[in-house]
Amino acid sequence: MNSRFSFSTVIWREIWQRKSRLISGLLTITLGIAVIVGIESVTTVSKQLVAKKLDLLGANILVLPQAASVDDYYSADIDAPTFPEEYVERIATSMLPGVDNLSPKLSRRIKVSGYPIVLTGIMPSNELASKPIWQASGLMAADLKLACATSSNPSGTTRLDPSLKRATVDSLAATDVWVGSMVAERLKLTTGGTVTLEGKEFKVVHVLPETGTVDDNRIFAHLHSVQQLLGTGAQTSAIEIMGCCSAISDGLLGKLRNILPDTRITTINSIVNTQIETNKLMSKVSLILLVIIVVVGSIAIGNYMWANVEERRKEIGTLITIGFTRGRIYRLFLTKSLILGIVGGTLGYVLGTFAAMILGPQLAGLAISPIPIYLLWSLIVASTIALLGSWYPVYRAARLDPALIMQET
Amino acid sequence: MFTLENLTKIYRHRSEEVHALDKITMEIAQGSFVVVTGGSGSGKTTLLLTLGGIIHPTSGSLHVKGANLYDYSSNQLASYRNRTVGFVLQTFNLVPYLTALENVMVPMLLNRNMKEEPQNRAAKLLDQLGLSSRQHFLPRELSIGQQQRVAIARALANDPDVILADEPTGNLDPTLSLEILKILKDLNQKEGRTIIMVTHSPAAAEFGTRTFRLDEGRLVA
Repeated sequence: MNSRFSFSTVIWREIWQRKSRLISGLLTITLGIAVIVGIESVTTVSKQLVAKKLDLLGANILVLPQAASVDDYYSADIDAPTFPEEYVERIATSMLPGVDNLSPKLSRRIKVSGYPIVLTGIMPSNELASKPIWQASGLMAADLKLACATSSNPSGTTRLDPSLKRATVDSLAATDVWVGSMVAERLKLTTGGTVTLEGKEFKVVHVLPETGTVDDNRIFAHLHSVQQLLGTGAQTSAIEIMGCCSAISDGLLGKLRNILPDTRITTINSIVNTQIETNKLMSKVSLILLVIIVVVGSIAIGNYMWANVEERRKEIGTLITIGFTRGRIYRLFLTKSLILGIVGGTLGYVLGTFAAMILGPQLAGLAISPIPIYLLWSLIVASTIALLGSWYPVYRAARLDPALIMQET
Repeated sequence: MFTLENLTKIYRHRSEEVHALDKITMEIAQGSFVVVTGGSGSGKTTLLLTLGGIIHPTSGSLHVKGANLYDYSSNQLASYRNRTVGFVLQTFNLVPYLTALENVMVPMLLNRNMKEEPQNRAAKLLDQLGLSSRQHFLPRELSIGQQQRVAIARALANDPDVILADEPTGNLDPTLSLEILKILKDLNQKEGRTIIMVTHSPAAAEFGTRTFRLDEGRLVA
């Protein structure tokens, strides 16, 4: 035990011999960190879930002409006024973070064999990416993934992969159409058959699965074919965007409005806003708690260290008498504070994670797993609290006059 | 060893000047056993702490082996306190959470030029002072006399030339006092160390080879 006697032995021995006095300070740091880790763990999982939900919903931002009605998100593009297709490029080249996919479309109501349907021109690869429910139907390559929740694309920039685009454009040629389930049923259309639209014959290459939306009553053709068929020129009536949840909350809509000032930009409000507001609230609560904990924790540690310095006045005087410099006294006490921060941070992380894992499923219906990066974060915050709180008492300790202390005895 | 010339220390207390040391001039030879006596507030402890590199004098000079002590930097003074002098204090001032052996080893933490393994040296010193069986005892588990002997062992840790003892027997009964004084005497006579002891006890003063008396900061004898 004594063969490795060093400065750290002195520090540890002091902590161990007076551990009961350490408890209140340590408890403050531990509980403070535990609360933040618990809230942050739940918030992080909640954010991931929201992002996943949004991915499953597909596109969640709709760019429409200024005059368009937005009563129904899913049918807002039908018979809407148009704007130039060039707007797609404008968004894509802006490199806005959080824009995962752009899906321009042009929709018009037409009649086929006396039956009203919606003819929608799409860019196939982009449309596929914005409709996860189609992805399961074998319409696309299996490796096309656009979920921003699981995104590994740190820049958050658009993912219009040229190779992907080429492959899927090939799958929807200028005279090919995809047919919604309801249309196929009413017009008795099957894959491989043909359908005449505005006097031009198209080949049905795929019957889409039922979605329960207005899409079931649509026939999808290539955007450029529809533009030609309807004689609109390079115009679109809507651009659907898959926007990451966090980017939306960070003001993506405002940035889009800056790029396209003469458009209306809307979201799936009822879903996105509620989730975003909840996440924002959690983040704010977490930040407020962090500030409170840093202040309260620092005061608690400061109190403890102040009492510790007072209790050790004679010892400090003795150490200076036998040759300790003020720097050594600083090191002695600040190392102790750092140990306090490291132990408190580790315990707080473990306690907070454990509490989140127990309470998360019960209170928020979320299955929480430990988030290792929070351990590093806990250590940094707890050590900062401990060092901040200790700074003045330790400064006092190092400035103690040994002569006065010796004469006190 | 020590040359003091007009050494003065003035404290200011509520705009009043207190001369703790008033133009002290003296020589202390190496290997001597000097006793400084005087009543309370006579400046004995101030003199000792000034010799120990703790209290900076207001004026005058203090040379140790020819060098002016208070020309030293704070690091040099810390090194002086660690290697050249060893303190023995009235209240022992042992670190309460360290064992006797560890207390003796504390000064060695700062000494990178140790010729001997610190633990062996500490054990040897405790053995010399009759504490071999108490090495792993905490101060509170030791008697008062044993605590003072640990304090002496700690003062000897880095083999200093000088022992500065401030009322080393002040808290001890006559038997223990005699024991401690004999140890100091041995350190002086057998090991040739310079001992400077502050005391108000006439019996303790008899152990010195030279006695100085202070009165209100002035050297009177």
